[in-house]
Amino acid sequence: MWTICRKELADHFSSTRFLILFCLILMVALVSTYMVASNIREALEGVSKPSQVFLLVFTTRGEFFSLVQFIAFFGPLLGIIMGFDAINRERQHNTLAKLVSQPIFRDAVINGKFLAGVITVSIALTALLLLLVGMGLLTVGVVPGVEEIGRLVLYLIISIAYVSFWLGLAILFSIVLRSLATSALAAVALWIFFSFFIGFASSLIADAVSPVRNPRDPEELVANRNVSDAVNLISPTVLYSQATSSILDPYRRTRSNLVLTGPLERISMERFRNPLPLDQSLLVVWPYLTTLGALTLICFGLSYTIFMRQEIRSL
Amino acid sequence: MSVIIQTEGLTRRYGRQVAVDGLTMEIREREIFGFLGPNGAGKTTTILMLLGLTQPTAGSARVLGYDPSRDPLEIKRQVGYLPENVGFYDDLTGRENLRYIARLNRIPENKIPGEIEAALTAVGLNGEGDKLLGAYSRGMRQRLGIAELLIKNPKLLILDEPTLGLDPDVTNKMLDLIVTLSRERGITVMLSSHLLNQVQRICTRVGIMNKGKLVAIGTIEELAKRKPGEAGGPNLEEIYMRYFKET
Repeated sequence: MWTICRKELADHFSSTRFLILFCLILMVALVSTYMVASNIREALEGVSKPSQVFLLVFTTRGEFFSLVQFIAFFGPLLGIIMGFDAINRERQHNTLAKLVSQPIFRDAVINGKFLAGVITVSIALTALLLLLVGMGLLTVGVVPGVEEIGRLVLYLIISIAYVSFWLGLAILFSIVLRSLATSALAAVALWIFFSFFIGFASSLIADAVSPVRNPRDPEELVANRNVSDAVNLISPTVLYSQATSSILDPYRRTRSNLVLTGPLERISMERFRNPLPLDQSLLVVWPYLTTLGALTLICFGLSYTIFMRQEIRSL
Repeated sequence: MSVIIQTEGLTRRYGRQVAVDGLTMEIREREIFGFLGPNGAGKTTTILMLLGLTQPTAGSARVLGYDPSRDPLEIKRQVGYLPENVGFYDDLTGRENLRYIARLNRIPENKIPGEIEAALTAVGLNGEGDKLLGAYSRGMRQRLGIAELLIKNPKLLILDEPTLGLDPDVTNKMLDLIVTLSRERGITVMLSSHLLNQVQRICTRVGIMNKGKLVAIGTIEELAKRKPGEAGGPNLEEIYMRYFKET
């Protein structure tokens, strides 16, 4: 398995794909630091006692996007790029039959490839994060505290898990589908659905299941919202954004998007806004993390079983 | 002479279709066994079952004393299998391709360069080892395929259509190489083909398959004698055609 992993890693690093990817990472890092540097002042305006300012480097929306949003949208693409041709490339080059006739277990092939993908993704994401931290230090001039570093590490781990989910999905498609183009397209289609269309789909389903007849009735509103949130949770993109937003934004203390508050309550909440400690933030997002982990495992498990049972003849 | 491959009623069904039907045969040490039959006769399926890459529906097999369903790893360690239309990693050089295979076979890292040189020399590719696979001709690729098998120092070679698509000159060199390996290293060879005169040239024994069944097995002389009174010398082509008229 390590031999395969090593070879795949070498392949990843020497490929043009990786070079493009690296340029992209560099570009993203530069652009987002620039945007943060010019926007962080506004973000801090009116905050009486700013704490954990450093995290704002990652969550501040500049002119276009924050880094967190960027990874939520384009992280999947990273996973898909690494995995969409894992198995069917070997099939197309007639190397798969040779590979499985070597004295290795068949699962070593798929494990090695998955592992190599995860390692590559980890390196890319870590590099991106470190670059941003470095440039953030230079431009903003705020030194991150221990808790902020902890949050960042946690964020990194969740991001790697998230991209690994897409990697697993892409590998699954590369096993099931013969042609390289089809498997890439299938993975991208799913990505687009989960990133852009899940919102429509969830509100459609919610309107069908529990329609809002009276827009002033809070119970109906909440019921509708609950259904739509539940549907949204199928999407790993939603899971990931929910999970990381609370990790990186210590002021968020609830998972639900809709909290009905009166104006007085809102004022009192604003006044007593204090950051949650890290372990509490973690507790808030725990369900998302487990679901995300479960999805990744299901995906990989499915590829594993299909690949193990696939008739060699059809390899 | 010990028995290298032995099968007992080996059967493989795909749904209703029977790919291999009750195959019983033996291949002995140091033989060059020609495995003949038209396309779709079940040759490749048989080979895959012998390597443990496909499970038989019924029957059993023993390769080098191991059961392919139970000990596929041990068999794959000692048997070199050259698939039909073998592929390589085109963005690596011949040497790098060999190194990957050597590592997969757990050859100690310090012995790998020596083994690679030996394998390349044996197939006559020593000058080409550092070229990218994309620049290899079909004949060179096929020879590199053999080199990949030699690197694991096999006791048995299973070659699926090793001369398919090669020009006559290269084909002859390939056949000579197979004979040399068999004689000098004492490797048993099982090769499937439908190019009969090639098989006749190098094989010590042949088996003919049709529609999943083994219809004949023996030396070419034995098969020729089975019908006395027939004119002509022991020509494999005549034997082959005869079996197809019967079945």
